[in-house]
Amino acid sequence: MNRILVKKELAPKIKLIEFENRDIASKAKPGQFVVIQMGEKGERFPLTISGIDPGKGMVRVIFNEVGKSSKRLGALAEGEEIGNVAGPLGNPAEIEKFGTVLCFGGGVMTGPMAYEAAAFKKAGNRVITVIGARNKELLILKDEMNALSDKLYVSTDDGSEGYKGLDFLRDILEGEKVDRVIGMSVATATLRTLCELTRPYGVKTIVSLTPIMLDGTGMCGVCRVVVGGQTKFACVDGPEFDGHLVDWDLLESRKRVYSHEERVSTLLDEQVGKDCASRFQQTRK
Amino acid sequence: MCIPLPANKKVAMPEKLKLNSIPMNKQPPEVRRRNPYEVAQGYTYEQAVEEAKRCIQCKKPACIQGCPVDIDIPSFVKALAEGDLPQAAKIIYGTNTLPAICGRVCPQETQCQENCTLGKKGDPVFIGRLERFVADWARENPEESGIFKIALPKPTGKKVAIIGSGPAGLTCASDLAKAGHKVVIYEALHLAGGVAVYGIPEFRLPKKIVQAEIDYLVNVLGVELKRNQVVGRSATLDELLADGYHSIFLGIGAGAPMFLNIPGENSNMVYSANEFLVRLNLMKAYLFPAYDTPVKVGKRVAVVGAGNVAMDAARWAVRMGADEVYIVYRRTEAEMPARIEEVENAREEGVIFKVLTLPVRVIPSAHGSVEAIECVQMELGEPDESGRRRPIVKPGSEFCMEIDTLIPALGTQPNPLVPRQTPDLKTTSRGTVVADEKGKTTKEKVWAGGDIVTGAATVISAMGAGRRAATDIDARLKNHS
Repeated sequence: MNRILVKKELAPKIKLIEFENRDIASKAKPGQFVVIQMGEKGERFPLTISGIDPGKGMVRVIFNEVGKSSKRLGALAEGEEIGNVAGPLGNPAEIEKFGTVLCFGGGVMTGPMAYEAAAFKKAGNRVITVIGARNKELLILKDEMNALSDKLYVSTDDGSEGYKGLDFLRDILEGEKVDRVIGMSVATATLRTLCELTRPYGVKTIVSLTPIMLDGTGMCGVCRVVVGGQTKFACVDGPEFDGHLVDWDLLESRKRVYSHEERVSTLLDEQVGKDCASRFQQTRK
Repeated sequence: MCIPLPANKKVAMPEKLKLNSIPMNKQPPEVRRRNPYEVAQGYTYEQAVEEAKRCIQCKKPACIQGCPVDIDIPSFVKALAEGDLPQAAKIIYGTNTLPAICGRVCPQETQCQENCTLGKKGDPVFIGRLERFVADWARENPEESGIFKIALPKPTGKKVAIIGSGPAGLTCASDLAKAGHKVVIYEALHLAGGVAVYGIPEFRLPKKIVQAEIDYLVNVLGVELKRNQVVGRSATLDELLADGYHSIFLGIGAGAPMFLNIPGENSNMVYSANEFLVRLNLMKAYLFPAYDTPVKVGKRVAVVGAGNVAMDAARWAVRMGADEVYIVYRRTEAEMPARIEEVENAREEGVIFKVLTLPVRVIPSAHGSVEAIECVQMELGEPDESGRRRPIVKPGSEFCMEIDTLIPALGTQPNPLVPRQTPDLKTTSRGTVVADEKGKTTKEKVWAGGDIVTGAATVISAMGAGRRAATDIDARLKNHS
């Protein structure tokens, strides 16, 4: 179970992994996520699903190697197994024929956005996609997105490719009627910017939120977000919500709670890992 | 299942009633405040036999009636008093596959021990401690105890899916496996045990004991365990039935946390008791960074509520190095739902009880972390529907408590995942699943038991429900062969 079939590096520190899990592959829908645990001492962390192949029993995830767990996941080789994977979790995205749908995928979340955009296309929508990254080296899935979109725009924070920032979206929204906007990014600030851009145009903007999660099944409430003044659990009530109703300050603050511990854990792992490796080499000499 | 008392053998009555129980060794408070190890250390063999000898072997044993799983208590106690540990183990395991858990966490004082005849004059026989002793001995001495050598009946060819591997599911699974049915347990988390692994702390119930009881089910009774399976998402009940299961038992518990619903409650460092306990128990955050999941505990911690879960959270906070830990409760000590023993343990460890107090607002700092809670004083009025006196706000009694960690432990409600996906499963307005006394739900071939039916209750009552459902499922499966 959970054997890695394909592993690719899409950009520096951005990896794609396709693993075998027939239960998840037969059930997953765009917008849902899996919770992964690397080994019995590992933390449980969510990854939004980037695609499936029910025939092969394949599930695709794309992730940034930023912390201890994601680095360990990225270090697995094809043929190796991921310890624990639970899913699909969360509610599937609302896929309907809305008319014109603008799909924004930032960074690694371009992966799940591609999966969801394809579903919007299949449902008969005109699909405009925007892929974004900090710089051109970190852009991923451009060709895939281009193939499934009616129109593709590229945006980078530093302007090294495509438009600089997201302000150009105003021109799109003024230029044509967009019926729905979908935003995915682990950078909460980017999603917030997107929602502020679309708000004046009154276009319903759905965002996939990525708060801290623990079990991912509605048991702990660490992922609580406030949407329209109501407390919601992103894991069971989301993860997609109306972005114009999200309390962004709260989300940003809650996402930072454990950043110190995450850094400690990652640094320690790197340091201890290196020490062990060098000691091991010394003993072999 | 019950092994009857030998008919003609007269049990020698002790000449004089021994009214005082044998005390059990505990880690002293100043030591256990700083470690995660089990507080109660259990009886030695001599202590256990001595305590067992106190039992007067009533002709009509009232203790059994107090036991939700009908353990033949006088018989196992007699065997223990005679030093026949294998026999004692055989009797217990005959009706209870989780005795090491029950011996530790059952509220015996309101069940078997409450009915003990000796208890009317002195201390009751401490049945829980005896059960624990026998279970621990049996697990550590599998050869001698013979608990692993049980003959399973011929397979019936019937398949049952158990959803949830908590106390209800495990008990139902074990009874059905012993009846010869093929049993598959679906567990959403990466570890089986339900509340016994994510809810009850190491210092009350060591996780290796839970693991051993689950290993018993899997290795000895042949139960299949599927982890990481979130039924409701990964498969619906109808899909499982279509997949060839003849019956389903839902033991999915009451896993969704409740909050106070007061302003500021989403501030950082406000944990649901569930989150706090999941981090510490399931994910072993007390071992961070050796384990990856961290938990932040401040210096002044307030736990709101006074059930067992509240005590567990408060006692973990003490162990994690908090300077001051408060139990904030809107009624008085007399109304606390926690076991008296746990309240005493908490107090010994330095937990401070602030009763007749209700938080009304969380005051966050500029960084979004809890800095204080505004509370009001309460007084007790007329009894409410629960029979307890209703707390009423004292006007003008507002005051602030400066704290940096807030843990609402107000109980849990059923997780709506499965009911939402199963429209023909009738639920109440509280979200619990409607089931009759045998656990049969409104949906064909589906039974339910434990917290998902009753709302948050005890391990042993969930086990009793699992057992009753297993009996009914077994009867139906046998009738429809």
